[in-house]
Amino acid sequence: MLTPEERQEIEAELSHYPNKRAVCVDALKIIQRHRGWVSDESLRDLGEVLDMTTDELDGVATFYNLVFRRPVGRHVVLICDSVSCWIMGYEKLCQRLTSRLGVKLGETTADERFTILPIVCLGTCDHAPAMMVDNDLYRDVEADKINDVLENYK
Amino acid sequence: METPLTKNIPTNGDGPLDLKAYEKAGGYESLRKALRMPPADITELVKKSDLKGRGGAGFPTGEKWSFVPVGADAPHPKYLVANADEMEPGTFKDRLLLEGDPHQLIEGMIAAAYAVQADIGYIFLRAEYTLAAERMRKAIAEAYDDHHLGKNILGSTYSFDIHLHVSAGRYMCGEETALLNALEGKRANPRSKPPFPQVSGLWGKPTVVQNVETLCNVPHIVNHGPDWFKSLSHTADGGTKLYGVSGKVKRPGLWELPMGTTVREILEEHAGGMREGLKFRGLLPGGASTDFLTKQHLDTRMDFTEVQKAGSRMGTGTMIVLDDHTCPVGMLWNLEHFFAQESCGWCTPCWSGLNWAERILRSLEEGTGQPGDLEKLGFQTKINAPGHTFCALAPGAMEPLQSALKYFREDFEQHIREHRCPWK
Repeated sequence: MLTPEERQEIEAELSHYPNKRAVCVDALKIIQRHRGWVSDESLRDLGEVLDMTTDELDGVATFYNLVFRRPVGRHVVLICDSVSCWIMGYEKLCQRLTSRLGVKLGETTADERFTILPIVCLGTCDHAPAMMVDNDLYRDVEADKINDVLENYK
Repeated sequence: METPLTKNIPTNGDGPLDLKAYEKAGGYESLRKALRMPPADITELVKKSDLKGRGGAGFPTGEKWSFVPVGADAPHPKYLVANADEMEPGTFKDRLLLEGDPHQLIEGMIAAAYAVQADIGYIFLRAEYTLAAERMRKAIAEAYDDHHLGKNILGSTYSFDIHLHVSAGRYMCGEETALLNALEGKRANPRSKPPFPQVSGLWGKPTVVQNVETLCNVPHIVNHGPDWFKSLSHTADGGTKLYGVSGKVKRPGLWELPMGTTVREILEEHAGGMREGLKFRGLLPGGASTDFLTKQHLDTRMDFTEVQKAGSRMGTGTMIVLDDHTCPVGMLWNLEHFFAQESCGWCTPCWSGLNWAERILRSLEEGTGQPGDLEKLGFQTKINAPGHTFCALAPGAMEPLQSALKYFREDFEQHIREHRCPWK
């Protein structure tokens, strides 16, 4: 079941679009904001609210890089693997990050503190390499200082 | 040198101007002016200014608007969409405008919307631009509070609403028709054209989709006229342009310069040239999906016509520089990995071909490349040429590849001959 808060937030979006279906991306993100990810059950419940089948919704959910259909850690690290960051040291940064956390890209640490995901160009290429943790952007990231960044997130 | 697009953007790290400060600096002047003009006159001004779309394709903006049905029989609601889905690798120009001067975009959207008599506007923003989202939301709220948006704007008979739509991350959504599907809550596959969005776009209604930088130019054209706008440029394409440089140069960055500034000036004067000990090998002039330019092209003027004559495209105007300590094959593998991943899967040459290309490039990098691989890559550039695919994603993906095969062929051959990447 969607919570009253989730329902309320989804309904607030409806006024901006001519039909229910159009809010589905917003709705998926609302659910994810509350629960961390979007489960099969959430998709079913949301489908009923938006008059969409679960498959239609899943087709949209899986289209996007940032709708998580599997559980993630408390914090999501997005490391840019696109061309400017690659030239400016993505590989070293990624190596340091994954070995520091003991997981591969796409995995979650055992304490569920971090999930690390590759992300496409973050649009800050004059300050490469770049990464995000949750909603925060980090630019000109030095591999040696990765610990300082991670320490901000418990 | 005038810099209309960036003149109000604080360079000291401060937040953007709020509505009051923006108006004090001359903001929303074009709105008052526009509302007193017949809408068609604004389209005419934009046509005469030679403003071309800044999203990469360079289509003349005024001409685009002139396809929108107007008059009493025109279908409503009509839509105007600001394409703020900046996801082209190496591109970081719209971020500056969105974070640095959100009211300028709103003003540009209202002027454009008024010209085509649109009723509803969406800003289609990529998910990762969290600061831009926060600042746009605040600016939109201010604009509503002061009757710059909503019913009867500034007491006129014209009404226009703007809603910020934050996407969930997919390069494909930046393609005009895929963006429309995304806004409608569908998978963002492209649509066939015709019908063009100006006639049948969002929910089948007339829709204009414009890049952020394009829209930000409109208020200045309304205020100062087409002759002034053309005088800003060194060449036939009007206005200034945000040019950027990333890669191993001394001062990577972004600058508003006259349209038609040479590659050399941007690279050497503004970006400071290559870092100590590194040599220039080439650059992608306007994002990941443009052909390489090399040393022989440094005096090319960066506009839509001249870069094309040099065998590439100006694209977004943000250059990615390749130095002599970076492997061109590795760079291509990185680029094609991106395109293969971001292909929406709608048409076969793209989803199949881009994956093939990526696999071959990976094998070259891993030392398992075979004789004949370069011919296979060359075949992919042909099969994914413009006209063979549903949209421009795959042809764009082939641009850096076909030019790399031409300019850096010896590097590719060396990978096959030596069964290794010589840079590793």
